[in-house]
Amino acid sequence: MYLPKWLHQFGAPKYFYDLSLCISRWAGIICIICFICGLYGGLVLAPADYQQGDSFRIMYIHVPSAWMSLFVYMVMAIAGGIGLIWRIKLAEIVARSSAPIGASFTFLALVTGSIWGKPMWGTWWVWDARLTSELILLFLYLGYIALQSAFEDRRVAARAGAILALVGIVNIPIIHYSVEWWSTLHQGPTITKLDKPSIHLSMLIPLLFMVFAFKTFYISTLLIRVRSEILEYECNTSWVKQLLGINNGIK
Amino acid sequence: MSEYINIFFIILRRDLMLAFRNKAEFVNPLMFFIIVIVLFPLAFGSDSALLKQLTSGIIWVTALLATTLSLETIFRSDFEDGSIEQFTLSRYPLTLLVSAKILAHWITFGLPLIAISLFTGFILSLPNQTIVALCITLALGTPVLSLIGAITVALTIGLRGGMLLSLLILPLTMPVLIFSMLAIQNATIGQPISAEIYFLAGILVLAMTLAPIATAAALRIRLS
Amino acid sequence: MALNDFFSMGGYGAYVWSSYGICAVVLLLNVIQPIIRERRTIRELQKRFSLAKENKSDKHS
Repeated sequence: MYLPKWLHQFGAPKYFYDLSLCISRWAGIICIICFICGLYGGLVLAPADYQQGDSFRIMYIHVPSAWMSLFVYMVMAIAGGIGLIWRIKLAEIVARSSAPIGASFTFLALVTGSIWGKPMWGTWWVWDARLTSELILLFLYLGYIALQSAFEDRRVAARAGAILALVGIVNIPIIHYSVEWWSTLHQGPTITKLDKPSIHLSMLIPLLFMVFAFKTFYISTLLIRVRSEILEYECNTSWVKQLLGINNGIK
Repeated sequence: MSEYINIFFIILRRDLMLAFRNKAEFVNPLMFFIIVIVLFPLAFGSDSALLKQLTSGIIWVTALLATTLSLETIFRSDFEDGSIEQFTLSRYPLTLLVSAKILAHWITFGLPLIAISLFTGFILSLPNQTIVALCITLALGTPVLSLIGAITVALTIGLRGGMLLSLLILPLTMPVLIFSMLAIQNATIGQPISAEIYFLAGILVLAMTLAPIATAAALRIRLS
Repeated sequence: MALNDFFSMGGYGAYVWSSYGICAVVLLLNVIQPIIRERRTIRELQKRFSLAKENKSDKHS
C-alpha cells in the first residue's frame, strides 16, 4: 500500500530515536508547567462547588484520567492497526508501550472516582455506568498486557495485540451503551446531581490545563518507553552499536 | 461462488463428523454446564423464590464459562496437524474455513446448550415468558460468544496457560450478557423486550461480519 | 488560618488529598519505571557489545 516518503522516514527507528528525545523533553516541560497552572487554579483559585463543596476538586484528576484512558486505548488500537497493515515497527512499539500507561490512567480514573463517590454517594462503589465501563476498560487493558507477556517474539506479540485492541475498539461503544442502559434501569436518577451541563469558567480553565498536562505527560513518558523498546528491537543494527560505542568512548 | 459454498459445507460436515466421533470433547462442556447449574441450588438452598430470580442469570453466566472451556479445542487439532497451514496455501480464503468451524462449534455446543436451558427452565418452573426470553437471548447470544471467542482462541492458540483465554473473552462478551439479562428481566415483569432483542441481533450481525476476518488474521499471525 | 482551610478542603480533605496522593504516586511510577528500564537496556546492550568485541579480538590474536 502507498505511503508518502516522509512518513517512512518518520517511521524509521533511527530517525525517530533522535527526534524523540527532543519531543519528550519539550512535552515534559510543557506538562510540568500545565500541571502547576492547573493545580494552582483547581486547588486554590476555583471556588468551592455549591452542592459538592470542595470534594469536586477531585474532578481535576478524575476527568482527565478518564478521558486519557479512552484516548490511549484509541491510540493503541490505531497504532496497532497501522503496524498490522503497513508493518511499521514504530507503530507496533507505540501500541505496545501505550498499554501500561493507559492501564494506569484507567486505574486512576477508577480509584479517584471511587474516592469521589464516597462523600457523594455514601459508599465507595456504586454500579454507575461510567465507573462500570471504566472497570471493563481496565479488564481490556489487562488482557492486552497479559497477551503481550505470553509471547516470546515481540513482533508476533505486537501483531496479535493489535488484533485484540481492534476488536476491543469495536466493542467499546457497545460496552458503553449496554452499561448505560443497564444502569439507568437499575438505579433512579440519583446520580444526575453529578452531571453538570454547564460549568463555570473559573472551574473549567484549570480543568483544561489539567487535561493538557495529562496529554503531554502521556506523550513524554510514552516516548521514553518507545526509546528503550527501539534499542531492544534494533540491538543488532549498526546505528545502535555506533550509538552505544560512542557512549562507551565518552566514559 | 458456488464452489466456495461447496467448500464451506464440506468443512462443516467434516467438523461435525469429527465432533460426533470424538464424543468426550463435545459432551464435556455440556456436562460442565449442567453440573454448575446444579451447584447453585445446593449453594443457595432450595428457596424457590430466590432461585427463580437467579436461574436465568445463572444459566447465562454458566453458558459464558462453558463457552470459554469448549472453545479451547476449536482450532487446536487442525493447528497441530498442519491442516490450517495447508488451507492457507490453497486458493480459498481462510475466512471460509474459520466461519465453517465456528458454525460447527455452535451446532455442537450452542444448540444443545439452548435445549438444556429450555429443559432446566421447565424443571425449575420458570414463568413461560421468561423461558421464551431466555431461549431467544441464548439463540442470539451463543453464536456471538462462539464468534468473539474464536478470535481470542486463534490469538492464544498454542500458548501455555488456559486462563489467558477466559481473561480475554469475558470482558469482550459482557455487553451480550448485559442485554440478555435486561431482556429476561423485562420479560419476567411483562415488559416488551424487542429493544434488547434488536440490539442483540445487531451485535450478532456485526460479529458475523467482522469476527471471521479477525480470526483469519489472527491465525495467519500465529502461523507466520 | 488560610493554610488550614486549604488543607481541610471544607471537611473533604481526606478524600481530596488521598486521591491527589494516589495520582501523584501512579504518575511518578510511570516516569521512574521507563527511565530505569532505559538505563538497564543501555547497560545490558553495552555489556553485550563489549563482550562481543573482546571475543573477536581474542580470536584475531
